[in-house]
Amino acid sequence: MRDRILVNLAVRNLRRHTVRSVLAMIGIVIGVLAIASLGILGASLSALVGGLVSDVSDTILVTPHVAVSSGDPFDPRNILASRISDRDVALIEKAAGPNRVIPMFRTAERLVVGDTSGYVTVYALHPDDIPFLLDAEAGRYPASASPGVMVGSLLAEDLDLSVGSRIGFANESVRVTGIAAERGMGIDINPDYAVIVTDARYPGEDPGMVVVKVGDPADIGEVKAAIDAQVNRRKEKVDVLDSREVLELYYETMDAISLFLLGIGAVSLFVASVSILNVMVISVTERTREIGLMRSIGAERRRVLVMFLFEALVLGVLGSIAGGVLSALVGYYASAAASGLLGGFVAPGGAAATGPAVAGYIAFGMVFGIAASLVAGLYPAWKAAQLNPIEALRYE
Amino acid sequence: MSGEPILRFEDVSKVYSLPAGDVVALDHVSLTVEPGEFIAVMGPSGSGKSTLLNMMGCLDVPTTGKIYLSGQEISGMSDDDLTRLRRDHIGFVFQQFNLIPLLSALENVEFPIVLARGREESRQRATEVLAAVHLDDALFSHRPGELSGGEQQRVAIARALANDPDLILCDEPTGNLDTKTGTAIMDLLAAENRRGKTVVMVTHDPRIAAYARRTIRIVDGRLV
Repeated sequence: MRDRILVNLAVRNLRRHTVRSVLAMIGIVIGVLAIASLGILGASLSALVGGLVSDVSDTILVTPHVAVSSGDPFDPRNILASRISDRDVALIEKAAGPNRVIPMFRTAERLVVGDTSGYVTVYALHPDDIPFLLDAEAGRYPASASPGVMVGSLLAEDLDLSVGSRIGFANESVRVTGIAAERGMGIDINPDYAVIVTDARYPGEDPGMVVVKVGDPADIGEVKAAIDAQVNRRKEKVDVLDSREVLELYYETMDAISLFLLGIGAVSLFVASVSILNVMVISVTERTREIGLMRSIGAERRRVLVMFLFEALVLGVLGSIAGGVLSALVGYYASAAASGLLGGFVAPGGAAATGPAVAGYIAFGMVFGIAASLVAGLYPAWKAAQLNPIEALRYE
Repeated sequence: MSGEPILRFEDVSKVYSLPAGDVVALDHVSLTVEPGEFIAVMGPSGSGKSTLLNMMGCLDVPTTGKIYLSGQEISGMSDDDLTRLRRDHIGFVFQQFNLIPLLSALENVEFPIVLARGREESRQRATEVLAAVHLDDALFSHRPGELSGGEQQRVAIARALANDPDLILCDEPTGNLDTKTGTAIMDLLAAENRRGKTVVMVTHDPRIAAYARRTIRIVDGRLV
């Protein structure tokens, strides 16, 4: 290949200015790293959250209508106790048809285990509904006749509880009859750090929310509309939310986050390409005489162009490879950190972004890095190729 | 090519437009260079010597007039065509040697061969021409920075000879060398001339010009 001597020259020139070349490459490394690892992080987040939401895609949530939606989470009116009356629950059951309707009451109670004490979330459900909503990891489900309780797996783990342990619960001493399997955060209930009891413990309390499990997810819209029509006929009494809406909201948010992170990466690559541009302009200026000589002894413009483009390409490829390797590491730890951070109560097993997605983002970052270097090299290479050989030879 | 002059200038003028006004570098110059000639171009600085040499080397085109290189008119040619013409038919030797600093002596000589013919025979041909200019083989792998001025100019002459050109153009070839080294370089050029190469050389040194068989004097862009 005739241009190999030019390629050699490009590589030697980069090696002659090791520090300068490495500095220019660092820009690309950081850019690729930013794009790839931020992309991976975004994908991990969305995999984590998406995993949990898809678990409950058959769920409709009915909550008392919040009259106040001031947008301020600390608006005191938001916490006004509101419930769904038995009559409304009956209406929901009617609207839901064959689908399972699970009214539940949520409160908080004081829990004492040994020297440790604090308040925990309590879900009170009908005994028949508990096995439907939760899996038992150990022991059995609470029955209405017995005062025993079920505890979430993470709470059990933290407090070192097992089936048969005795705990102080709402100023009573009760036995742990079962441990609920880890379930992750859902839009209906979050049992992992909670205590689950039967509704017999709270007689006369109206449910705070009603979960409807729809057998066929295709019916969700229909069931939702039916509930809304039945209960909210005269007055807005309940809010009906289905998990698809929640899912969509999550995905939209995650897409926005991913895009934002990728944007940061793109900006850093832009900065990197400016630094390559700078190095290349310096290189062309320094080698003006050499370019004049090459042109006068028979190198066509195209060859000079190729030589400088190759210089930019080498910077881009080396920088992108280094960036790709680093992003694989950083992306892995970022994912691990993300699942560590959220995994405790979000995703069972800490499902992170999958291998192909990670490789895809790294490849994307690398391609972007190489392309950015080539684009940055275009102007200096073109400028070098356009030099007038006589003037270039005279250049001091 | 037989009977055809290597170079023919027909009423060639070159005018540079500068902010301060037009500068006439060459003023209606006509000349011919026959194959095998050894010509010295002499004249004071600013007289148009370099412009004349650039035109002969197809590095520049005339404002008016015509230049024929081996019978081919060059003014209508594209940049690429002119570049290939320089590569295949003309060898350049500069005062500053102008070797590529990142290439070894051998690679510098290979460079124009690779541009013209690719890599296959480049090493062998480069070795041959370097031997012809009497460069010690031990120096073949040295970079220009590791060579003396005389050695660098030998490499430069070898590079000029690499593609076996018809015409060798030299711009003050001994200007940066001491007298003894300069003489050796001139002996080399004279030997190449005896082997049939046409040599045109710009110089202001009469002792150097004495090597030539014809001297062209130029003052204010006109031949005198």
